[in-house]
Amino acid sequence: MADPKIKDLVTGPVFNNNPIALQVLGICSALAVTTKLDTAITMCLAVIVVLILSNAAVSLIRQFVPSSIRIIVQMTIIASLVIVVDQVLRAFAFEISRTMSVFVGLIITNCIVMGRAEAFAMKNKPSWSMLDGLGNGLGYSVILIVVGFFRELFGSGSLFGYKLFPTVNEVVQVNEVTGQAEMGWYVPNGLMLLPPSAFFIIGLSIWVLRTWKPDQMEAEN
Amino acid sequence: MEYTGIFLKSVFSENLALAFFLGMCTFLAVSKNVKTATGLGIAVIVVMGITIPVNNLLYTYLLKPGALSWMSGSLSNVDLSFLGLISYIGVIAAIVQILEMALDRYFPPLYNALGIFLPLITVNCAILGGSLFMVERDYNFAQSCVYGIGAGVGWAMAIIALAGIREKMKYSDVPKGLRGLGITFIVVGLMALAFMSFGGM
Repeated sequence: MADPKIKDLVTGPVFNNNPIALQVLGICSALAVTTKLDTAITMCLAVIVVLILSNAAVSLIRQFVPSSIRIIVQMTIIASLVIVVDQVLRAFAFEISRTMSVFVGLIITNCIVMGRAEAFAMKNKPSWSMLDGLGNGLGYSVILIVVGFFRELFGSGSLFGYKLFPTVNEVVQVNEVTGQAEMGWYVPNGLMLLPPSAFFIIGLSIWVLRTWKPDQMEAEN
Repeated sequence: MEYTGIFLKSVFSENLALAFFLGMCTFLAVSKNVKTATGLGIAVIVVMGITIPVNNLLYTYLLKPGALSWMSGSLSNVDLSFLGLISYIGVIAAIVQILEMALDRYFPPLYNALGIFLPLITVNCAILGGSLFMVERDYNFAQSCVYGIGAGVGWAMAIIALAGIREKMKYSDVPKGLRGLGITFIVVGLMALAFMSFGGM
């Protein structure tokens, strides 16, 4: 393989070869954490850290692992890294780690991590592999953040828990003369907080991405 | 009644694929025709029905805080629950391997039908997710047997239904950029809406 440009390693997976939109990897554990932006971003950071470290570790030992047991070796490396991330989250961000419940653990079976270890880190040197991990992690994060942005904004009228649209269920201010409470104007869209909306938003963002970059369209079959 | 409740809930309103997005990678990749989808579905039911109860035993007798007290009193303060993730994935990988060898030896036709899907299942998030939910909800052994089979059946139903829809979709005129993956996501979203309406059960 010729020297890939460092820039391409990082930016390629973000739009041109996005792991979620094009390679259909790693959708599994991701979408359930996107009802709020802060959990979505925590998830992204966790995945980026695991991806970079697992790619580095796999790439370091790639010449010593017989190919018949490589899957189990990769699995053990990834599982240990995820345990570390999980324990760190529990220690420093307990509330967020509780809302994410089992989904931190599910990073182990996130196909992006396995997929990149198998497809890239087994064949390339550690520094490239780390950049590749960073790039793919960013590509994954872009989709997660887009989905989280729309779901939190339209589902609860806020971003990062900060109210942007005052909803009809809450008091904005109390009228000093009459003592009556004034309510907000935004009717929150409950569907956005439920699982199906994540599928719709991803479907539509794939549509947008493919209209922008027509070479990603799937051939008719 | 309690067991029927767990079963129905895990099949419909808490369907692993449609309510928790688990096993999505294989769910989208292997749902192009009904026959392969059925094969994978059955494999998932079998593996889930075995791994979830086994992981339950592992958790109750080895990993839970104080679980080692059956060995000796001095071990009753040991909390190994941080080893959970790595042991569950180990159990899953081992069981899939054993199942593969057993099927190959005793039921060759079934092995040929499931063959390619079995190794794929190790990295299917639905399987690991099922075990993690079992731990989180504190199911006992009997409950986790029911939950394992229910969750497998729910996943299998969802993938077979999606495969059926995708086979028919070949004949529809979908906008160009939406073809393939895009429209599949939207179909899955609509299916999830339908499954959610069982929620009040």
